[in-house]
Amino acid sequence: MIEISKFIVGFLILLGALFSLIAAIGVVRLPDTYTRNHAASKSATLGVISILLGLFMYYLLIDHHANARILLGIIFVFLTSPVAGHLIMRAAYNSGVPLWEKSVRDDLKKARKVEKSR
Amino acid sequence: MAFQILLNFFLAFIWMFLSNDYSSLAFFKGYFFGGLIMFALRRFFDHRFYLINVIAVLKLFFIFCSELVKANIAVLKVILSPRLSMRPGIFALETELEKDWEITVLSNLITLTPGTLVIEVSEDNKTLYIHAMDIDDVEQARLDIKNTFEKAIKEVSR
Repeated sequence: MIEISKFIVGFLILLGALFSLIAAIGVVRLPDTYTRNHAASKSATLGVISILLGLFMYYLLIDHHANARILLGIIFVFLTSPVAGHLIMRAAYNSGVPLWEKSVRDDLKKARKVEKSR
Repeated sequence: MAFQILLNFFLAFIWMFLSNDYSSLAFFKGYFFGGLIMFALRRFFDHRFYLINVIAVLKLFFIFCSELVKANIAVLKVILSPRLSMRPGIFALETELEKDWEITVLSNLITLTPGTLVIEVSEDNKTLYIHAMDIDDVEQARLDIKNTFEKAIKEVSR
């Protein structure tokens, strides 16, 4: 039993670390602000959540102690990180950060032009 | 819906007072029987029976979790592919949702779906501007959003 629980804990924490690493690689490798933000706001969220879940499982299965604060932490990260990603994205767009050259479509620019011409 | 939950609590307390037993077991028994009574009398409420809403909320939560995992696998594929062959872009999406909280939940869901991130919600709350990592499958993404997310959110708020 303790072996299985150790396996679960180890798996979750390693998975979280892997996702965080991939998010970091993505931030370095992707070409512009927007695509970088994709990597940072998605992979980092799941990475942190699975590390916290692994920690919760460790306390629950090995120390037999349910730590509700970790669960609250998971919920807070889950709720706030998409909003943070959205706000950074919006601030970047409104301050005129250009899209990558290979971007193919920009509906928001058209909408803004229509708004201005009115 | 909140009224029905409150009523169910109230019925559970009445059960506790009637049986003169103030334990949590008595509370749950009362809650269960109160729920049965409310189900029998459901046509007197102006909304539908609230457990259906609770199930819809749970469904929405599961969609959230599964989309988070899928999105990460998609991003992982893009990052670790040897050549950057994606074609990013911004597209507009008309939404039928009206209330503020529905649009917030929808944009959070879109942010967590594979390869899409909300940039802006238009002034009149009718259009969402979404940055997609791969514009080629925009139509697919659009259909997905329409069919699964909007439907699930509508199911909750009905």
